[in-house]
Amino acid sequence: MALYSEKVMDHFLHPRNVGIIEDANAIGEVGNAKCGDIMKMYLKIEDDIVQDVKFETFGCGSAIASSSMATELIKGQPLDEVRKLTNKAVAEALDGLPDYKMHCSVLAEEAIQSALEDYSKRSGRAV
Amino acid sequence: MCSYNKGRGHIDMIYADNAATTKMSKTAIDTMVALMNEEWGNPSSLYSRGQKAKEALETARETVAGLIGAQPNEILFTSGGSEADNQVIRSAAELGKKKGKMHIISTAFEHHAVLHTLAKLEKEGFDVTLLDVHEDGLVVPSEVEDAIRDDTCLVTIMFANNEIGTIQPIREIGAICREKGVLFHTDAVQAIGHVPVNVVDDNIDFLSASAHKFHGPKGVGFLYAKKGIRLTNLIEGGAQERGKRAGTENVPGIVAAAAAMKEACESMDEHAKHLVAARDKIIAGLEEIPHSALNGDPIRRLPSNVNFCFEGIEGESLLLLLDQKGIQASSGSACTSGSLDPSHVLLAIGRIHDVAHGSLRLSIGEDITDAEVDEIIEAVKDVVAYLRGFSPIWRDLMAGKKEFIL
Repeated sequence: MALYSEKVMDHFLHPRNVGIIEDANAIGEVGNAKCGDIMKMYLKIEDDIVQDVKFETFGCGSAIASSSMATELIKGQPLDEVRKLTNKAVAEALDGLPDYKMHCSVLAEEAIQSALEDYSKRSGRAV
Repeated sequence: MCSYNKGRGHIDMIYADNAATTKMSKTAIDTMVALMNEEWGNPSSLYSRGQKAKEALETARETVAGLIGAQPNEILFTSGGSEADNQVIRSAAELGKKKGKMHIISTAFEHHAVLHTLAKLEKEGFDVTLLDVHEDGLVVPSEVEDAIRDDTCLVTIMFANNEIGTIQPIREIGAICREKGVLFHTDAVQAIGHVPVNVVDDNIDFLSASAHKFHGPKGVGFLYAKKGIRLTNLIEGGAQERGKRAGTENVPGIVAAAAAMKEACESMDEHAKHLVAARDKIIAGLEEIPHSALNGDPIRRLPSNVNFCFEGIEGESLLLLLDQKGIQASSGSACTSGSLDPSHVLLAIGRIHDVAHGSLRLSIGEDITDAEVDEIIEAVKDVVAYLRGFSPIWRDLMAGKKEFIL
């Protein structure tokens, strides 16, 4: 059996929403270089909807695929839905991750939550 | 973005992971199949079929011994390098313990077969000193001398490192051990068949080797123990291997291993010449990548080994993308090992976690072509640039928010 599902490989080889948003109003960064993975999410939130999202990731195949999938799952979604996104949902959408790679999906969830906190701070509104 | 062609099939991939394992040579395969068909007897059996197998086994032992300057009765066949390492270290420890000598000297970048055996001995009361291997990945002989104590029973230092390929000053270290009356073991798994090894000239008391690293079969290895040094058994049972390693010998595997070793040693000089040229061209090519660094001494290294760290990227994604481009290699990244820490070898030479995660080991094969060398250089450059293109660390480094390490 292959290490990764076809979906993981697809998102790793063709990551969606790669890059940065210059005028993002919500930025989240998690992880550290020592552990070998850092995820940074840029969100453009308008009318309580994630109008645009981009990411940059330093990490392994599943970290890149998890970032890519997470951006797909929240793009165009209302903040109410975005807040509910779990790492499990990211992993399931990728048709699963190996046990020891589940932390990559956790990182994706945390990166989004971190961006929401940033938005909250900037806008002065609780999200 | 770079494009990822799948133009190369499984067969014509560029295999650059020969330190992990090698493809069996045709001679080894033919020998093994012939033995399985014809000499399938048990070498411990009295009748002619058994004795013929015994003859093949002993001829293989003579071949192996002759290629490293040993006597046939100093060679013991094992299941591989790990078993040989375990048995040698355990044997030296038992001998030391009887004399009240419970100190062992080794290095921080040994193979886990050595390090984990030493960790186990520490729990049993042994004292272990792990020598520094410095930034160049080389042990300094005078530091071995300084570390030897009255209660030192063994010095165990690998011949060539499996990750960064550095070749240790084995002869000098061996001479120091001889003079001090301390047993000396070298894990020569990466060296045998690739660089000259002679147990007499190199002052070696114990040596471990593995057949699948020199185009022989997996599951076969051997240890050399200088005449007169008593070995401790790991596997109890029948009287095979002079009573020191029970279990019916893997005759086809052993004979194929001897054939592969003979072939590798006979063409060693010719292969080394070709490999060193290819290796140095790859090193020069990869050095053009900004913020990269070669790991290990550039000259005193295995002819086949190239090992680099690239700042701002992670090794597993590098390997997966190289695989897509038809190149099979390895990395010391934590993600490729399933653990949280990157390679203990890279940490031992002072690479910090941040850059050790972005390492690449290429261990090229003797049949590598000039075109493949160029292809490897291009592919690595392409993939590193691509991954840096969306690495938040790289962005911070380029923006001056973080300082470059390399």
